[in-house]
Amino acid sequence: MCGIVGLFLKKDDLRPQLGDMLTDMLITMTDRGPDSAGIAIYGDEAGPLKMTVQSDAPAVDFAGLDVALAGILEAPVTMKVIDTHAVLSLPEGGEAAARSFLDARGIRIMGAGTSMEIFKEIGLPKDVAARFGIRGMGGSHGIGHTRMATESAVTTMGAHPFSTSADQCLVHNGSLSNHNQMRRRLTEKGFAPKTQNDTEVAACYISSRLAEGVNLGEALEGTLEDLDGFFTFVVGTRNGFGVVRDPIACKPAVMAETEDYVAFGSEYRAFAKLPGIDAARVWEPEPATVYFWER
Amino acid sequence: MQTIDMATTPLRELNAALQAQAQQTNQTQWVIENPRGAHAVAVGLDAPIEVTVKGSTGYYLGGMNKQASVHVTGSTGPGVAENMMSGTVVIEGDASQYAGATGHGGLLVIKGNASSRCGISMKGIDIVVHGNVGHMSAFMAQSGNLVVCGDAGDALGDSLYEARLFVRGSVKSLGADCIEKEMRPEHLEILRDLLARAGADAKPEEFKRYGSARKLYNFHVDHAGAY
Repeated sequence: MCGIVGLFLKKDDLRPQLGDMLTDMLITMTDRGPDSAGIAIYGDEAGPLKMTVQSDAPAVDFAGLDVALAGILEAPVTMKVIDTHAVLSLPEGGEAAARSFLDARGIRIMGAGTSMEIFKEIGLPKDVAARFGIRGMGGSHGIGHTRMATESAVTTMGAHPFSTSADQCLVHNGSLSNHNQMRRRLTEKGFAPKTQNDTEVAACYISSRLAEGVNLGEALEGTLEDLDGFFTFVVGTRNGFGVVRDPIACKPAVMAETEDYVAFGSEYRAFAKLPGIDAARVWEPEPATVYFWER
Repeated sequence: MQTIDMATTPLRELNAALQAQAQQTNQTQWVIENPRGAHAVAVGLDAPIEVTVKGSTGYYLGGMNKQASVHVTGSTGPGVAENMMSGTVVIEGDASQYAGATGHGGLLVIKGNASSRCGISMKGIDIVVHGNVGHMSAFMAQSGNLVVCGDAGDALGDSLYEARLFVRGSVKSLGADCIEKEMRPEHLEILRDLLARAGADAKPEEFKRYGSARKLYNFHVDHAGAY
């Protein structure tokens, strides 16, 4: 099954409540998937490059990590540790060196960007959200996922959202049938997935298309041609939010729009607590149709 | 009138109360408040009661209904009135996928739009949609009537048996073995009755009728391409 949610704010008033609203939406979807949960949140300000990393032994792995990294990059690095995750702020142009340093130390990179932070772990949405203090986070938009694992192992790396390029992330309900073939093609193009998860292939696909210069809408159109299987994808970029369903559209999806926000949920009940939902325009996204918003 | 607030009453308790109503119950009017998208609201009813659900529901509202009249003021999730036997389910808003699936009888009225696979495998139910229906509607429908006052999506009536499909607007495409058929006086009469009972502001003469070409009932090599 899997449960997915997304929220894109059109106005600034609700920004401080973004994490709180997304958490409520995701907890409501818990019974669609108990294996792992995650949220990508686009923070209030776009600043220096941030990298969200994870370790199963944070006390050991994160001790002195900022100092060691600053030494490698020859510039100041700040680190905010939150449970098993840490958000590193890096100097401009330091991403590639930081990645190879972190990879060598066996520290997992969840995502990177100037605006986006990703928190994901094995467990139920309420526990994951509490561990990372998602309710207290503000921002402009975000997506979340509660997973029922079908195609790959229940691990932190197998949890959604998947981020394969700066400030991009994707959550998926469904399963892809040509992900092995696509994995080979994407690897040849330099967008190699790190896990055996089918969803990461979709995230890499979007990254590869955006890198080619198409816009988010065109990248989502491409999934209808190039990816085979069942899917509802919800994607985030630094300033955008998009939704697409496969042509059969078996996987459930509901959207709601008011003057203040656009919301996505696997089921309507995810919206029940949103402000003004009774007066919102609520609709089901059409199969093989791309919806996206950019600010 | 009985009022049950789902903000304070658990779903099982609500359904148990509704299912416990006898044939000659005095408690014929029920109002359900705060469904907030809950699943399986008012399912398995078997008494001539009238249930008003104030708000929107999730999966399987009114499933397996017999005798009861269920009225939803909002929209409903997937599988509304699935396997209905008799009675009426009326939705003021939209219905999600496979509305009225496998229904044996009764009347399902959707005043908004229905999504994909509306009336899939219907077996005698009557469905009237005031708006549009999505793709693969009436797939493998066996008996009953599907009335669409708006437009129909792709592959309407794919692999259809004997159900009658009436569409006022456009049909994006017809599914395998589904063809347009002549509208005879008896069909206009069926349609007039259904539109009146569903409160739909439409004239029977505005509709086209679609049905099975009956080429797929038995395997015939000349029709192999249609399977």
